[in-house]
Amino acid sequence: MTYSTNEMMTVAAARRLKNNAVCFVGIGLPSKAANLARLTSSPDVVLIYESGPIGAKPSVLPLSIGDGELAETADTVVPTGEIFRYWLQGGRIDVGFLGAAQVDRFGNINTTVVGDYHQPKVRLPGAGGAPEIAGSAKSVLIILKQSARSFVDKLDFITSVGHGEGGDSRKRLGLPGAGPVGIITDLCIMEPEAGSHEFVVTALHPGVTREQVIAATGWAIRFADQVQTTADPTEVELRALRDLEARTAAAHGQAPGEA
Amino acid sequence: MAEILSLHDAVKQFVNDGDTVALEGFTHLIPTAAGHEIIRQGKKDLTLVRMTPDLIYDQLIGAGCARKLIFSWGGNPGVGSLHRLRDAVEKQWPHPLEIEEHSHADLANAYVAGASGLPFAVLRAYAGSDLPKVNPLIKSVTCPFTGEVLAAVPSVRPDITVIHAQKADRKGNVLLWGILGVQKEAALAAKRCIVTVEEIVDDLNAPMNACVLPTWALSAVCHVPGGAHPSYAHGYTERDNRFYQAWDPIARDRETFTAWVNEYIHGTRDFSEFQARLAAASQVKP
Repeated sequence: MTYSTNEMMTVAAARRLKNNAVCFVGIGLPSKAANLARLTSSPDVVLIYESGPIGAKPSVLPLSIGDGELAETADTVVPTGEIFRYWLQGGRIDVGFLGAAQVDRFGNINTTVVGDYHQPKVRLPGAGGAPEIAGSAKSVLIILKQSARSFVDKLDFITSVGHGEGGDSRKRLGLPGAGPVGIITDLCIMEPEAGSHEFVVTALHPGVTREQVIAATGWAIRFADQVQTTADPTEVELRALRDLEARTAAAHGQAPGEA
Repeated sequence: MAEILSLHDAVKQFVNDGDTVALEGFTHLIPTAAGHEIIRQGKKDLTLVRMTPDLIYDQLIGAGCARKLIFSWGGNPGVGSLHRLRDAVEKQWPHPLEIEEHSHADLANAYVAGASGLPFAVLRAYAGSDLPKVNPLIKSVTCPFTGEVLAAVPSVRPDITVIHAQKADRKGNVLLWGILGVQKEAALAAKRCIVTVEEIVDDLNAPMNACVLPTWALSAVCHVPGGAHPSYAHGYTERDNRFYQAWDPIARDRETFTAWVNEYIHGTRDFSEFQARLAAASQVKP
């Protein structure tokens, strides 16, 4: 089956989510990939949304973080304070799954502002749950479309820390979680290089060239010694994704936001 | 004891110019009708607190009711930007808006601390983030037992909190369920609290351990069916996703926004008249 680069991105991200993992899910692309994982390779993945649902199993993608179906299909619904205090800070989250407006080479995330904070060029929505998810989840996956505007050499603002300034930054900051272990884009997969913790390309999606990735990255992106080629989406994965999107469009009268 | 009042009377009696106001509800149970009534009564210089400002604060900010905003995620969920919030921050329209920015974990903890009667909340947060650089109220505290450095943030203690809920009984006891967000904490953190409800019944029939706010902890209960629209009340109404989308072009432009507020809020007496006007308009525009 033929497929789009966005479909490849979602499928590649879904594959990273292991069965039985406890996953704190951001809205938009992370929620789409996490639910695809639940519907394909990882039926027992536990999805937690910051609004309170634990073990949500929505049949369609939520448009907001607090859609009613998340509550109806959850194992339990707890107050938002409890989500952050007991379940995240308490150390029970295996994977924090985040989107971003911008990332840098160490997987730090900006969702706050482009330009000066006090005189912003573009005011973005802000932190939400991400800073503490990035700090306290045992590991973090980041999914976003790749361009030189979103993969920048220097962030105007670090909302949520990844590997900080690289090296042993996270250890020095006293952060409990391991930080970002993968950035999944519509072109490739990046993983932190041992030691430096700088993100390097470890897999290219089928048909994508190194030149394309270099052009779509705002820093001098490096490639791992062994660069894999991502396996094409299978028919099962593509059907599950397209069915999910069709059900979502029928239920909401619109495609889910990618924001 | 909570008085059963009209929303007009409750806002008139309990919301004052210059107050710190929390209209809470995490996507679910957003007290939109109360936001409209605050605009209708021309309240001003408010410090607005909400984790997710959403359309309700976009409207209050654009209508000129706010002096300051305390928040942690300011977008139109699933759609994009809150244009009135952005216009106030980027271009000081209709007047400058001071912002105090936190993360969700911070504000959720700050409400818990407020409800607990504590001056501040302590949490493991913000290490490596730039937010403490732009918000001087985010400080740190060293654990006296382990030496760990943790974030300390001031508790949220509003003058007035307004929430929406499913049911109240005739004495003013309130029952809510579904996604609870920080509703209970925001109610108990405040000096005064108004609750708008979908219905008032003889008996709540609340299951044991259900989320019930006793009447003696509240100031007023108001019967406002559908009062969370375009948010929803689980078991009563659905989230109106189309309205969230329709809000984008209305709020994008100062003129269309002002015309909308004049027609739909200032031009209506109360929320039921607003609902009737909205329903009539949606029949004209397919």
